[in-house]
Amino acid sequence: MTTTDSRSRNSPRELADAELQDILGDMIQARVASDRAFALQRQGRAGTNAQVDGSEAIVVGAAYALDPATDWVVPQYRELVGLQRFGSEVLDRYVMYIKGHPNGGFHPEGTNVLPPQISLATQIPKAVGMAWGKKLQNEPGCVLTFFGDGSTSEGDFYEAGNLAGVLDAPVILFCVNNQWAISTPNHEQTRASSFASKAEAFGIPGVRIDGTDPVAVFHAVADARERAVSGAGPTLIEGVTYRLAPHTTADDPTRYVPADDLAKARERDPLVTFRAMLVEAGLWDDERQREAEAAADERVEAAVRRADETPLAPDHGFTNVFAEPTPRMVRQRAEMRRHLGLEDPR
Amino acid sequence: MTAAADPVGATPMNMLSAINHTLHREMARDDRVIVFGEDVAKSGGVFRATDGLQAEFGATRVVDMPLAEGVIIGSAVGLAASGMVPVPEIQFLGFAYQAFHQIAGQLARLRYRTDGRLNAAVTVRAPFGGGVRTPELHSEAIESQLANIPGLKIAMPASAADAKGLLATAIRDPDPVMFLEPLRGYRAVSDPVPDGDHLVPFGEARTVSEGDDLVIIAWSYMVEIARQAADRLRTEGVSVQVLDLRTIVPLDVEAIAAAVERCGRVVVVQEAPETCGFASEVIATINDEAFYSLEAPVARVSGYDHPYPVGMLEDDYVPSVERVLAAVRRTLEMAP
Ligand SMILES: Cc1ncc(C[n+]2csc(CCOP(=O)(O)OP(=O)(O)O)c2C)c(N)n1
Ligand SMILES: [Mg+2]
Repeated sequence: MTTTDSRSRNSPRELADAELQDILGDMIQARVASDRAFALQRQGRAGTNAQVDGSEAIVVGAAYALDPATDWVVPQYRELVGLQRFGSEVLDRYVMYIKGHPNGGFHPEGTNVLPPQISLATQIPKAVGMAWGKKLQNEPGCVLTFFGDGSTSEGDFYEAGNLAGVLDAPVILFCVNNQWAISTPNHEQTRASSFASKAEAFGIPGVRIDGTDPVAVFHAVADARERAVSGAGPTLIEGVTYRLAPHTTADDPTRYVPADDLAKARERDPLVTFRAMLVEAGLWDDERQREAEAAADERVEAAVRRADETPLAPDHGFTNVFAEPTPRMVRQRAEMRRHLGLEDPR
Repeated sequence: MTAAADPVGATPMNMLSAINHTLHREMARDDRVIVFGEDVAKSGGVFRATDGLQAEFGATRVVDMPLAEGVIIGSAVGLAASGMVPVPEIQFLGFAYQAFHQIAGQLARLRYRTDGRLNAAVTVRAPFGGGVRTPELHSEAIESQLANIPGLKIAMPASAADAKGLLATAIRDPDPVMFLEPLRGYRAVSDPVPDGDHLVPFGEARTVSEGDDLVIIAWSYMVEIARQAADRLRTEGVSVQVLDLRTIVPLDVEAIAAAVERCGRVVVVQEAPETCGFASEVIATINDEAFYSLEAPVARVSGYDHPYPVGMLEDDYVPSVERVLAAVRRTLEMAP
């Protein structure tokens, strides 16, 4: 059963005006952080990183349909800048992560977001396992995992989707279809009519929605969450959008993205279309826009400052490999510290 | 199918250009050669190693694959069984884990399982290696995990000339070869590459610099680190041989034994974590073949026994010239 109409829904609730404004604020925040991350890489102050541009409505819309107290987000790598709703640690740790700081990526207790995942599709089985564990332990809430269109070609996607179906796991499988997997377009990734249609093989509902509309995303995820927490099982959602930035800071898309397609996609930039919607509804104006952008800049600056000011232990790598390091690791760590002219740790 | 009798000169190029140039040549030489992988065709690869191949040889011989390493390797085994000569790319060696069941259980065993009726003439190209601030799983040196799989040959060039010579040999070899390319050397390592047909036989180590006080044994980018250390030591009057293994399977046991017999002191350098890295195999080989020539215990310089770290920590993790120098000095100070 694949549906494509985002309006045919039995969503548990409607979004209030203030929430719509908050959603746009978070989308702006995501874009600003993403652009800043790109600039940091260019200045040699951060490593390779991937921009969220074009997927803001998906990440933020989904986040607003989840309960950060009970639900988990298991991300790929683009989404972290859009998960403010899950706590301010997410952005701070993301900035540390792209700077290559060992205190980055992971989140402290209370922030239900796993670290970014580089090894594609490997997060999907993990999300299913977490949802399975919730079910076994009668814990409230659900797990949502994001993955790209390209990632659906990996075995992990099929294996996890199949298992999720068999278990009726409280999990939401969210495919962010930004049309590209680096230089590989959708039509070279699959002959299926949609990514949502792959739900058929798992025996679960597949929903295809406009991924540039955060309200559509919100309702699709809210529906899926309702299914998950009521014990009805998983849902595969495909959010259709377009990647508006290079694949990463290391990519040159002019070699393969048709300029016309990109120009057309820019007209449907979620930051432009959703803002227009809110302006139309009398919920947004230029003043609000300026304020939102300034607040976002300041917020990102604070994250960069925190990253720059967080002390660095060169032997951090030895911690948390095991609960207790092996004797050989203890010896190696002492050797490393001696080589670097640091005092022995014990 | 016959090699062109080009006049032999040499052209300076970096490793990346040498690899690209060799892929062009081998595809032109043998029309059974097919190149495929993630983003290799239209964009020419994330590092441009396969740039221009699709334009020259067409979309049926240079193919962008759906994003799935398991089927990239698995279909290569089938293509080889059908008589093609596949040269698949794994975008980064760390993603070979997604294909490990095909590499270890299938690619390495086609000849064995069919008692020689079929063979997997497959060359798997994959970049790896640290020092360039890549995201997680882009840097890991996992060659010893592969070397522990009988049936795989493993080539790890350290120079542009060897990148050409070993890649050509790999593609023409009837058995599966893991061809591991050092990310850090792609653009940084540049040397004269012989024009025309250039084949470097497997299992023949190369002496990069001559010396007889101590031998540093290394492979891939660590050869460059070893060479820099040897240059520094030479200014101090210490004469160090640098031996580049070039292929770790097959291993040039004779060259290792000869170097140990001449120098008596040995440092082995590897990027991988210490425990069960390929250095362990080299040291065990020295123990078997040249133990009585040793004047000091063999030292090894390795990554540490923790996952490859984030960018800000990697320079202290990957063996550096300074760490190699320290190991050399310790080894030289030991009384025989
Ligand atoms: C298992 C694995 N294979 C290959 C890569 C290299 N790689 C990084 S991103 C990417 C494309 C991902 O496309 P998609 O899943 O659509 O996500 P997007 O980047 O478009 O958000 C590739 C091939 C990887 N990170 N992991
Ligand atoms: Mg994509």
